[in-house]
Amino acid sequence: MIRLEHVCRNFTVGDQIVPALDDISLEIGKGEYVSVMGPSGSGKSTLLNLVGLLDRPSSGAYTFDGIDVTHLTDAAQALFRREKIGFVFQFFHLVPRLTAIENIALPMLLAGMPREERKERSGKLLHDLGLEARANHKPDQLSGGQRQRVAIARAAVMKPALLLADEPTGNLDRASGMEVVSLLEKLNGEGMTLVLVTHDPEIGRRAARCIRMLDGRLD
Amino acid sequence: MFVFSLKSLASTKVRTLYMIVAMSIGVASVVILTALGEGARRYVVEQFSSLGTNLLIVFPGRTETKGNIPGLLMGETPRDLTIEDALALLRSRYVKRVAPITIGSGLVSFGHRNREVPVIGSTSDMMAVRHMTLMQGKFLPDVDPRNAVPVCVLGAKVKDELFGSSRAIGQWVRIADRRFRVVGILASQGQSLDLDTDEIAVIPVASAQMLFNIPSLFRILVEARSREELVPAQKEVLDILQARHEGERDATVITQDAVLATFDKILKTITLSVAGIAGISLAVSGILIMNVMLIAVSQRTREIGLLKAIGATGMTVRNLFFMEAASLSLLGATVGWVLGEAGVKIISGIYPALPASAPWWAIGAAIGTALGTGILFSVLPAERASRLDPVEALSRR
Repeated sequence: MIRLEHVCRNFTVGDQIVPALDDISLEIGKGEYVSVMGPSGSGKSTLLNLVGLLDRPSSGAYTFDGIDVTHLTDAAQALFRREKIGFVFQFFHLVPRLTAIENIALPMLLAGMPREERKERSGKLLHDLGLEARANHKPDQLSGGQRQRVAIARAAVMKPALLLADEPTGNLDRASGMEVVSLLEKLNGEGMTLVLVTHDPEIGRRAARCIRMLDGRLD
Repeated sequence: MFVFSLKSLASTKVRTLYMIVAMSIGVASVVILTALGEGARRYVVEQFSSLGTNLLIVFPGRTETKGNIPGLLMGETPRDLTIEDALALLRSRYVKRVAPITIGSGLVSFGHRNREVPVIGSTSDMMAVRHMTLMQGKFLPDVDPRNAVPVCVLGAKVKDELFGSSRAIGQWVRIADRRFRVVGILASQGQSLDLDTDEIAVIPVASAQMLFNIPSLFRILVEARSREELVPAQKEVLDILQARHEGERDATVITQDAVLATFDKILKTITLSVAGIAGISLAVSGILIMNVMLIAVSQRTREIGLLKAIGATGMTVRNLFFMEAASLSLLGATVGWVLGEAGVKIISGIYPALPASAPWWAIGAAIGTALGTGILFSVLPAERASRLDPVEALSRR
């Protein structure tokens, strides 16, 4: 489903060019569960952002479902993200003034879905998460684990083909971390391709396929 | 989408309130200031109408310029207007009434009390021409204007000051060095342009000419038969006077409309410039909105990053901020309008004489400018927000 060919990504710091990704070629199939591990600054997040169309490669080609997405316009990439990709972040990134259920419904709002469908889908997800009682709570009234589960629900509500999680357990204690991981694995079991960036070797090992990165290269 | 914008306004109450206040002050000041200007204009127009209708004012001398060789008119002394001139004007079929006017200042005394007031010499027709009303008695008798009848009509205030509450009709008062019998008291009308009719004494025109030893007239007020006949009446008045003055066009006739139009123009200009000043305060609130929106954009960078990450296009982000600013400006403009109208109500409560009310064009312009600046200045930060790089935006604290 995902094919990266000789992808490089350079950042300019001052007048120095720093390569964050150095000639990466990678293929991820439909429904795979891939973990990306490696030390800080090894390029894990950059890779994830590239795969998630939040960033563009400096050189190389990226095809998604056979479509060359490297040169899509910003608007077309945004549509692609909306329909096919779900993001889960380390810092949750919930909108603080919206309730849990409204946060989950946000991608559907952006997609212009009718109100009834938004309500139904986000309500069902909340029910599956066992967070029904917290539906009308604002993020600051939720625990870390609950927040991340709401964030995962938001990522999954559009039923994307690809789920990207950038250190989803990085800000959680062990127990809620495990809850979150098993929720992601459950979604993977439903057919979503899951790419998970983590520091935690124990979580990394759970993936069927483990990619190690070092200094912008695949190890 | 719209609800999302509204929610973000509701969640930042202080900021929203602040901006609505700024915007509404701008709009309210435009509404109130133009209402005052417009009130002043209408006040003047009403005053002029109370002066009489279909009025022509004749005065000696010529002020208009013509295509003559300059210097030809030099050294020419205009002939005085006389009572005969005034009576001659009645020959015109466009003229309904004439009132010759002489004016002077005289000491009016009764017993020990006296008072210096403007003394107006005129005829019985003056009451109709100038739309005067009587409180008591009669106006000047309808006799030949050349007869110096020793009667007078007093203004309401003059009567009060000389006679107090005792009866004035039939009493003899002394004006300068002649005696006049009081035949009537004018109703209190208050200030009518430059002349306070409460504080005058009216005597027959011939008496006034004797009293002040002037053979001429100060003005002749001419009432045309209808509004349409004002222009032909003006021409005929000039022609009659020219014939009587040995072929010299040495009098000037102005229509009340011309004077009115001039005042109207002046006051409209004042209203416009005041509105312009108020417009500046509107622009300032627009800039304020821009700044607050800019701050809002930088404070909500992460949120913008997130929206982009979950599939919002630059256009969507732009629309969100645009809607936010637009509803803010709309709300501010509405509040300002209501405040302004309330202010106008208060002002007309304090000064009932001033018909203060904001003209529709000013309200339209104020709200239009408020929305315009608010929306225009929201496009900028919205544009900035829409261009943010999602990765960078998300990682910002």
